Amino acid sequence: MSGSQAHEHAGGGTRLYLGVWVALLGMTLVEVFLAYEHLPVNTMLVLLMGLSVIKAALIIAYFMHLRFERFNLFLVLVPMWILVTCLLFMFFPDSFRLQEFRFPR
Amino acid sequence: MATVEAGGTTTSVWGGGASPFAIPSKKLGMWLFIVSDAITFSGLLMAYSYLRVASNDWPLPFHFWPSIVVASVMTFCLLTSSVTMVMAVAAAKQGRIGSTVSWLLATMLGGLAFIVLHANEWRTLIGEGLRPFGNPWGSPLFGAVFFTCTGLHMLHVTIGVMVLGIIAAGFKKGRYPADYVEIAGLYWHFVDLVWMFIFPLIYLMSVPLEH
Repeated sequence: MSGSQAHEHAGGGTRLYLGVWVALLGMTLVEVFLAYEHLPVNTMLVLLMGLSVIKAALIIAYFMHLRFERFNLFLVLVPMWILVTCLLFMFFPDSFRLQEFRFPR
Repeated sequence: MATVEAGGTTTSVWGGGASPFAIPSKKLGMWLFIVSDAITFSGLLMAYSYLRVASNDWPLPFHFWPSIVVASVMTFCLLTSSVTMVMAVAAAKQGRIGSTVSWLLATMLGGLAFIVLHANEWRTLIGEGLRPFGNPWGSPLFGAVFFTCTGLHMLHVTIGVMVLGIIAAGFKKGRYPADYVEIAGLYWHFVDLVWMFIFPLIYLMSVPLEH
């Protein structure tokens, strides 16, 4: 990697990292605030997961430096990752069926 | 990001003799490990969601004090340790050995604070009667899910702290190149990333609300 040493941190820098850190902390505080709002569970889940996905994307892009790597590394790693995670939820609707089948207390 | 060694040896980066991703093979290995580990955690969180939706008496034991406040402080520790890790990587790339070791020690400190706070929380919950197969509040599955998800994550943090210690010692002696610090950093950021999902899903979705 000696050839790329010179501009390794071309996109980085202390100010950028501190900015990402502040954004992540801010979003965490918003999440804690949202937890105490009386929202419907689906709205809450969408908001919390939306914020978490943004936080994950910030960590991957800047802290893990993926934004400054070649685009083909992103293409190899991330779409497969998202696809497999979505496939895991394929049998999720079954959990609603189980709820119907419970013995009454 | 065009690099010298990728373009110089062959006309096509896919033709062999070049590194198509322009990263060291160990770093690619770490990325592949991270993706597989991420899918493991996705599976666990999927199982948690499934069990929670299928149960009608899921416990909500996380009160604002101490659970949510402490878990927020733990999040702060992990996020801050990620920043110190980034600083360690930047220092290592510039060859500043003393600075790299200091930043790595700061990162380990953040990880240790996380482990201590988390272990203390486990101790409190176990004292309140939480067990892997039962608890005084509701569905017995809660304990299994809680201990598995947070336990596997805590194991990752513990291993991460040990790896950072080994890397810091090796880098100080000049045995490890700067790339090793960066690769250990990837793992550390991933541990942080997983907590960004465990914290809202397991803690914030289980907050008792007074009506």
